[in-house]
Amino acid sequence: MVGKRVTKIIRIVGLVVFAAVVAAPLLLGSAYLTTSAVLIGIHAIIAVGLGLLMGYAGQVSLGHAAFYGIGAYCSAILTTRFGLPPLAAMAAGILVTGLIAIVLGAPALRLHGHYLAMFTLGLGIIAQIVFNQARGLTGGFSGIASIPRFSIGRFTADTDAEAYLLVLAVLAMVIIMAYNLVNSRPGRALRALHESEIAASTCGVDVARAKLQVFVLSAVLASVAGSLYAHFITFISPDPFGFGFSVELMVMVVVGGARSVWGPVAGAALFTVLAQFLQKAGERIPYVDALDTVLFGVVLVIVVIFLQRGLVSLPDRLGLGADHGQKQGA
Amino acid sequence: MKSATKKFVPVVTAVCLVGVVVLAFCLAGCPPKPQPTPPGPVPGAPTPAKPAPSGEPVKIGAIFSVTGPASPLGDPEKKTVELLVDQINENGGVLGRPLEVIVKDDKSEPTETVLATKDLIEGEEVVAVIGPSRTPTTMAIKDYCQEQEVPLVSCAAGKLITDPVVSYVFAVPQTNALAVQACFDYLDREGIDKVGFIYVANSYGEDGYNNAKAIAAEQGVELVAVETFGGEDTDMTAQLTKIKAANPEAIICWGTNPGPAIVCKNAQTLGIEVPILQSHGVANMKFIELAGDAANGIQLPAGRLIVYDQIAADDPQKEVLDKFAADYKAKYGNPPNTFAGHAYDALWITVKALEQAGEADRAKLRDAIEKTEGFVGTAGIFNYSPEDHNGLTADAFAWVEIVDGAWKLTE
Repeated sequence: MVGKRVTKIIRIVGLVVFAAVVAAPLLLGSAYLTTSAVLIGIHAIIAVGLGLLMGYAGQVSLGHAAFYGIGAYCSAILTTRFGLPPLAAMAAGILVTGLIAIVLGAPALRLHGHYLAMFTLGLGIIAQIVFNQARGLTGGFSGIASIPRFSIGRFTADTDAEAYLLVLAVLAMVIIMAYNLVNSRPGRALRALHESEIAASTCGVDVARAKLQVFVLSAVLASVAGSLYAHFITFISPDPFGFGFSVELMVMVVVGGARSVWGPVAGAALFTVLAQFLQKAGERIPYVDALDTVLFGVVLVIVVIFLQRGLVSLPDRLGLGADHGQKQGA
Repeated sequence: MKSATKKFVPVVTAVCLVGVVVLAFCLAGCPPKPQPTPPGPVPGAPTPAKPAPSGEPVKIGAIFSVTGPASPLGDPEKKTVELLVDQINENGGVLGRPLEVIVKDDKSEPTETVLATKDLIEGEEVVAVIGPSRTPTTMAIKDYCQEQEVPLVSCAAGKLITDPVVSYVFAVPQTNALAVQACFDYLDREGIDKVGFIYVANSYGEDGYNNAKAIAAEQGVELVAVETFGGEDTDMTAQLTKIKAANPEAIICWGTNPGPAIVCKNAQTLGIEVPILQSHGVANMKFIELAGDAANGIQLPAGRLIVYDQIAADDPQKEVLDKFAADYKAKYGNPPNTFAGHAYDALWITVKALEQAGEADRAKLRDAIEKTEGFVGTAGIFNYSPEDHNGLTADAFAWVEIVDGAWKLTE
C-alpha cells in the first residue's frame, strides 16, 4: 500500500501533467500537434458514447463509423449545397442519426444477445455503399470539398487552435454528461442490467428502453463528432467511415477501459499518439509504420489479459486509487 | 459465477471480433515483401551527402499511400523517390545543396494525409509537397496547400485536382479526358461509329464515361449501350449480353482491376468478336495475369513506360524511359509501373523548377513549376501554363495491343 500523502501528491502531479498535456498543442503552436489533438478529441467524443454502450449497457456496436459518417455527410451536404449554418447542419445530423438509431435499436435491443452488433454491422456496410454510390448527394468516391469551418454566431473556428478549443469544449460537455449519466438513476439501471437483465427488470428497470436510450445517445455523439470532423478537415470522402474505423473505435474503448468515462478518452489518445509515433519512426526505419496494426493487436491482448478494466484501472492496480468514483459498486 | 461469465461474453466476443479483424488488416495492410535487391543503399536511410552538394539540405515532402488499399500505387512511388534522391545527390544535389525528400505514408486515408501535410509544411518546412497517390487524399489537402502557399504536385489523376486550376496545385498523371480521346481517335481510324460502353461504378469509371459521352457527341459516334459494374463484381455476363444485343462495332471498358479482366473473360465466353478497348487504368501486368488468354487482342491507350523497350530510338521519351526502367529494375528487381512513373515526373518537375527558381522559395518555385516547358517525363512531355496545371496532351498515350500476353506497341 502506498501512503495517503504520497497518493495525494501523485494525484496532484498527475492533474498538473494532464493540464499541461491538454494545453501543450496551444502553447507550442504546432499545427501538426494541434491537428492530432483535435483528432484525439473527436475520436474521444465517439469513444465516450461507445463506452457507455459497451461498458454500461453491455452492447456492442460495429456501426459507429457509420453514425460518424452520417453526421459528417449531413454537415457537409447541408452547408455546401444548401448554405445552412454549421450548427443547424449538426442538429440535422443529430436528428438523422438519432432516428436511424431508434429504428435500428428498437427491435434489436428487445432481443437478448448480440443482435445489435449484427444490425449495426449491416448499417455500416449499407452506409458505406450509400456514401460511395449516391454520387449526386455525397460526391461519391471523390467526396465533398471546401466545407466551411465550424461557426456559432460570430465565432468561427478558423484556425486549428480555435478548432481545438471547440472540440475540447464539446468533449468536456460530453464527459460531464457521461459522468452525470453513470452516477444517476439511469446509469445505475444500466449497470444493473449489464450484470443481469432479469434482476434489473425485476427491480423495475425497463431494460429495452434503457438500452435503447444509451444506444441512441452514443449514436448521436458519433454524429456530433462527425460534424466536427467535416468542419475541421473541410473535406470528406467515404474512406474514414468504413468498417475498419468502427473496429478501431472498439479497440480504443476496450483498451482504455469501457467501464469508466475516462477510459475511452485514454484509449482514443493512446491510439492516435501511438499511430503517429510509429508513422514518425517509419520515416527513419523502413516499414515500422506498417507495424501499427500489429502493435495495437499486442496492446489489446495485453490489456484484455492483464488489465481487464482497461488502462484507466492501472492506477488502481498500482494502489494509487485515482479513480474511486468509477469503481464498481462504489 | 453465472453473472461473471455473462459479463465477459460481450467483452470476449468483442475481442475475438477485433482480433480477427486486426489480423486481417495486418495481413492486407502489410506492404509486399521487399524484393531481394542487389547490394545498394538501404531504402529509407538518409543519404549521407556526397562531397559535391553541401550546406543545408533542400527539403521536399512526399506523401504516398505506402500501406492500405492503395499500396500498389504508393509503394512503387516511394521506391522511385528513394532511387531518385540517391541519384540526384550523387550528381551534385539541387542548388548545390543535398536534396532531402521526407516520405510520409498516408495509409490511403484522407485524415492521415492532412496530418502528414501539416507536419511537412509546418514541422519540416518543406519547400513543396509531391503526391498524394489518390484523388480523395489529394482533395483533402488541396485547399490547405493553396492557403499555405505551398506548391503541391499530385500523383493522382482526378479531374477535380486541376479543374478548376488553383495556383499552387499541379498534377502529373495523364487524365481520363486524354485517354478517352485516344480511344475515339482509334475508332475514327477504324471508321467505327457504334460503340458499347461499360464502366466501373466509381469516380474513375464515371469520369471516363462523362468524357466519352461528350466526345462521342462531338465526333458523331453513337453509344448504343451503356452498362456499369461494381468494383468487386465477379460476373459481367448480364451487362455484356445487353451490349451484345445492341450490336456495337466496338466495346470500350473503363475501369481498374479486377473488373475489366472479368469483362474480357465474359466477352470471350459470350463469343463477342468486336474489338474491346480498355482504359489506361489496366496498363499493368496484373491485368494480363487476371484476364489470361482473354487479354490477347485487347487494345488500350497507355503511357509509354510499359512499352519502353519497344518505342522508336528517336522517340523523345526513349532515353528517359530506358534509364528509369533500367535503374529501377536494377535496384528493385521488377520494372517500374505507371505509378512509379508519376512519382518520377512529380519529383523531377519539382527539382528542375527549383533549379530554375534559383532558391528554395515556395512562391518562386510555384512560378517556376508553372513555367515548366518541354519537360520529358515518363507520362509524356509536360508543358504547364497558368490555365493548364496538368500539362499533357493526347500524344502522352501510345496505342498498345496485348499480343501473346505481352504489351505490344502499335502505331
